Formats: sequence, C-alpha cells, structure tokens
Amino acid sequence: MQPDTPVLLKQVGKTYHLDSVDVPALSDINLEIRPNCFTVISGASGSGKTTLLNLIGCIDRPDHGEVIVAGQAIRKMSDDELSDFRARHMGFIFQNFNLLPVLTAYENVEYPLLLAKVPAAQRRERVLSLLDAVGLADRAGNQPGQLSGGQRQRVAIARALATAPKLVLADEPTANLDSQTGAAIIALMRKMQREHHVAFVFSSHDPQVQAEADEAVFIRDGRIVNIERHEESEVLA
Amino acid sequence: MNTILLALRNLLRNRRRSLTTLLAMIIGASAILLFGGYSRNITYGMQTGIVQRTGHLQIQHKDFYLYGNGNAAAYGIANYPDIIDKVKQDPVLAPMLTVATPTLQVSGIAGNFDAGVSRTVIGGGSVIVDQNRMRLWNDYHFPLKPQPLALTGTSEDSAVIGIGVARVLQLCESLNVANCPQAPEKQEVAGSRNAPDDIALLSALEKPDRSAKNGTRIEMLAASVHGAPNMAGLNIVKAETQGIKELDDMYIGLHLAQAQKLIYGSGDPKATAIALQLRHTRQIPAARARLEQLLSTQFKNQALGVQDFAKLNPLYGQSIAMFGTIFSFIALLIGSIVLFTVGNTMSMAVVERTVEIGTLRAMGLRRGGIRLLFMCEGFLLGVIGAALGVASAVLLSALINQSGLTWIPPGYVVAVPLNIYVWGETTLIVGSAIGLILVAILSAWWPANRASKMVIVDALRHV
Repeated sequence: MQPDTPVLLKQVGKTYHLDSVDVPALSDINLEIRPNCFTVISGASGSGKTTLLNLIGCIDRPDHGEVIVAGQAIRKMSDDELSDFRARHMGFIFQNFNLLPVLTAYENVEYPLLLAKVPAAQRRERVLSLLDAVGLADRAGNQPGQLSGGQRQRVAIARALATAPKLVLADEPTANLDSQTGAAIIALMRKMQREHHVAFVFSSHDPQVQAEADEAVFIRDGRIVNIERHEESEVLA
Repeated sequence: MNTILLALRNLLRNRRRSLTTLLAMIIGASAILLFGGYSRNITYGMQTGIVQRTGHLQIQHKDFYLYGNGNAAAYGIANYPDIIDKVKQDPVLAPMLTVATPTLQVSGIAGNFDAGVSRTVIGGGSVIVDQNRMRLWNDYHFPLKPQPLALTGTSEDSAVIGIGVARVLQLCESLNVANCPQAPEKQEVAGSRNAPDDIALLSALEKPDRSAKNGTRIEMLAASVHGAPNMAGLNIVKAETQGIKELDDMYIGLHLAQAQKLIYGSGDPKATAIALQLRHTRQIPAARARLEQLLSTQFKNQALGVQDFAKLNPLYGQSIAMFGTIFSFIALLIGSIVLFTVGNTMSMAVVERTVEIGTLRAMGLRRGGIRLLFMCEGFLLGVIGAALGVASAVLLSALINQSGLTWIPPGYVVAVPLNIYVWGETTLIVGSAIGLILVAILSAWWPANRASKMVIVDALRHV
C-alpha cells in the first residue's frame, strides 16, 4: 500500500436484508485505489458496483472487513465524524446530477465550501475558477432547471471538486446523457482529474469510459473478477 | 447561502402548498387574536363599568366586606371628610387620584302606601356631583357618552329606583317606564264568590283605587343607628334598569345626605365606604400600599381597610377566568390544527426531497444539519404565518370597530359599539405569535427528525 493511497478495502463484505431474505451484495473485496488515478468499476446491473462505490464513498458501512480512506479506517467513526470526513475528503457526482434545484449553479458549487466553513473570499475565488474550468462561468446565476443535462453534470463536477478532495466518486455519470455529451463529460472529468491531482472512481459499463480509465475493476456477483491497469490485466477469478 | 435562506427558498419551491399552510395559520392566528381582543373588550368593559360606579379602591371598615351587608349602621366610618381631605392632599396619592367620594349603604322597606304595596330595598347614598365625575373615567377609550345621573340637580329627598322596584310599587305608569307589566289582580279568596251580593259589593268598595293613583312619592323605612326605625319620604325621579334582575328588583339610589339622615338621624353622619377612583388601573398596588400606610398611622383609631374593585365584584374575576378558559380552549384547538397542518406539509416535503436529503448527507451535511434545515422551514412558516395572522387580525378588528356593531357588555344597561382590542395589546399579540411559532417548530420537529435519520444510500435510491 502506498502512503498516499486514497482507498484501501480489505476483505470487505456487505449483505442486504430484504424482508427475511439475505442478499449478499459484496464478498471478499480487496481493492486499492491508486492516487491521481482514473478508476472505473464495471459490471452488469446488480453486480455490486454501486454498493462498492457507496462503501468507498463512506456513505455505507461494510458488514465485515476494513475500509480505509485517506489513511483512516471508517469503521470506528461516528456518523458526525463520517459526515465531516466526507465533507473534507470526498466529492460526489451522481447519475441524476442531484443538484439542489433551489440554488444557482454558483450556489451549488459553493455549498460544499460552506459545509467546510471556507471563508467567503476564498469561496468566491474557488467557485468562479471551477465554473470557469467547466465552461459555465456565464451560467453561474442559472438554476439547474435552466441548464441542459450536460451543463448540470458539469456543475456537479465543479461541485465535487470544490473542496479539493482526495477522492471523487461518480455513479454512472454519463448514464443520463447522450453519447456525445457523455463523451464530453468523460473528457472533462479526465481533464479535471489531471489538473486537480485527484483520484476519480466511477461506476460504468460504457466501453468508451473503460477505455479512458487508468484502471478498470470488473465485478460480477459481488466479487472482483478482473482488474486492468493500463495495458496489463490481472485475472483474479 | 445560510440555512434560513435555503429554508425560505425551499418553502417557495411549492408555493401553493406553502400558501395553503400559511392560510391555515393566518386564519388560526386571526381567530385567536380576535377572540383575545373580544375578551379584552369584555374585561375592559366590565372594569370601566365598575370603576365608573364604585372606583378602583374603597376604604371600608375592615369587617364591612364580610359582615357589614345589611348592617351599615354598625360599620360606618367616622370623620370620613378628614380622611378624604388627607387622601386628596397626600403627595403620593394626589397625582394618582381623580375622585375620592363617600358612599353609604342603606337597606330597608320602601312602600307606596297609596297603592298599599311595599318591598325590601337595598342601595346607597352618594354625592351625585362626585358620581358624575367618576362616570367620566374611560381609560380604555370606549366610545361612551356618559350621561349625568338622574339625581343630578334634584332635591335632597329625591331618589331613583330599579325597574323591578317600580313594578312592585306600581310606579311604572307615573314614571313612564316602558315594558312594565301591571301586577296581576290577586285571586279572590276561596269561597268569596259564594258571599251574598251586598257583602261582595261592600268588599269591592273597600279596595283601594290603585288605577287612580299617579304619584311618585314613596316612604322608606330603615333601621337607624340606634336600632329604632326611621322613615323618610322620597320623591322618585326615575326608575332605571340595573342590568341584573335581582338588582332591578331591590335597588334604590339616594343623595348621601338623605341616606345619612335615614340611618344616623341627627347624629354624626358617617359613610360605609370612601370610593377612590385612580387615573389608571395599574396604579392600584401603589395607591393601596400608600393608603394602608396612611390609615395605619393617621387613622389607627378606626379599624379601616382597603378593598380593590376586583375583590368587591367577584363576578369580574369570574368573568375574566371564564373568558381565559375559553381563550385557552380555542388557542389549544387552533394550535392542534396548525400542528397537524404544518406537520403534514413538512412530512410531504421530506418525502419529496428524499434524494436531496441523501445528496446533502453524502456531501457531508450532518444529521443535525438536515434536522435544522427542516425545522428552519417550520420556523419560517410559523414566523410568516404569525406575522400575517397578526396583520390580518389588526385589519379585521379595525374593520369590525368601524362597522358600527353594538352590544350590551356585562354590567352595562345600554348598548355600546363593539370594540375588538387587538392593536396595542402587546402581550396578546406577542404571546399568540410566539405560541404559533413554537407550534410550527414543534410540528416540523418530527418530520425533520425522520429526515435526519434517513439512511444515505436508501435516500439516494429513492424514486
């Protein structure tokens, strides 16, 4: 494990309890996300991609095993500590953008900085710079309802990067976009990942996205079956 | 973007629902305040009526309140002019005082012997000039036009009586009293129909001819201070309704000098009470303290005490308590409606914004932050609802007050314009507004708490 490893999962397992039936979602997951890396988690629907992403993003807890993010084991953290931890170290991009509809693009990007209690002057500078970087400086005053799907996702990318997190997680970020816009979003994410030196982890079964990744983690029936790094391939199961 | 501003924008998101909730709160707040204002009207109306008649405070023999009723002679205040002078000249009391006047309670039997009827009466002797001045007291600005008492400018032997007394004494016709039914003829004694015709005719001739009488002179018999009966001839100038039938049936009002002659004869005249009217009701505690000090130092030879108008008129306190209870009941009812209305609105908002809650939590907002956000929305609903409710109540009360509606408040005998006191009633307004805001916050607490406890991944999955 490298000292600046953003995420390390050891023997992680997660089971959902649906009524009286136990449905195993993840089993024996061992994974290391490398820093400044563009990592895609791929698999069929119901394979456990989102569950894995939720565990990495510290919005869910494993039934067993250890999740270490930014060098800290999340198991012993209280809910409030985990919230603060996410505010400091994580950025999220959602399939449905999940922007707050009552806030403008500017305010949506600013919101994580408010949670992190960043002073007003720094906030303004950071928000304007990010909106400029995603090409939406002229749309700062628009509410999400006044933006296209691609523009909303670009605001979401800017929001995810607002607090300069170590890790950005994206759950199927191009699923609700047409292929052209999706490709543009992937390109933007890639660009931002390089410029901001941040690890991007996202789930997708889009081959175009997988081709762009530094690392592709393939998952099936809750188990990692393959990890591809650049051109090398490591078969685990 | 602070929490309050975010909460406000969230409320504006579903304008129709927020407006409906606000409307319920506005109606609720208005209803509470208008009833509160009406209740104040009754309180102030009763207080004004009492203070105009009997003053704020009365100096009495300390046992008169409990034992003196009907035995005025035994509980008279000697040298009452000296006490009144001292009170009027006292540097503490003088600035508070508007009127200090003696009264004497009298009771006895009033008879219209021409008509062969009599009845027991109770009432008082007073200084009419002072009483007329007392009737000018109007600290709550009722739209009243006080008329001078009927005894104003009349001779010492003049008196006024209640309508019921006039009816029994068969003076209605002489005094031009409207709606005063004539007493029914007494039943003939059983068997008298069987008397011989000549005897029956003689009997009829012996009956007094009541219909022919048209005088307003009566005689009043009372027990004097020495226990002997004393009688005075009185000229009835008017029969007045007293507002309460029991009082109507026994009231008599005299000039103080006449009442004193009746009770004390040629002896030293006394008074059973010295009525003190203050500029403002709130001055009662200070005036009372000073009076007690004066009485205990300068008039300690007499066992005197001070009673306030609320003690002397138990109906006043009972009425206030009754309206207080009704007000509390209405406030509770409306509070419950607001509680469920706001609670329902917030619950719907939580369901609609489940994904948003998951997003905020994922971004790092603590559970407490989510709770605060929804409670802020409840708080804002409460504040806006209370503010608009107060404005609406003030406006409605002004419209009602200008509408010219009249009613007869308790203790009054004439109709007065209906006045709803909302504007200026700081305690009522602030208390109702704070109550409504607290109810709104309380009703938002449960949905807010539920929102804060959502599992993030479940919230994000919500469709």
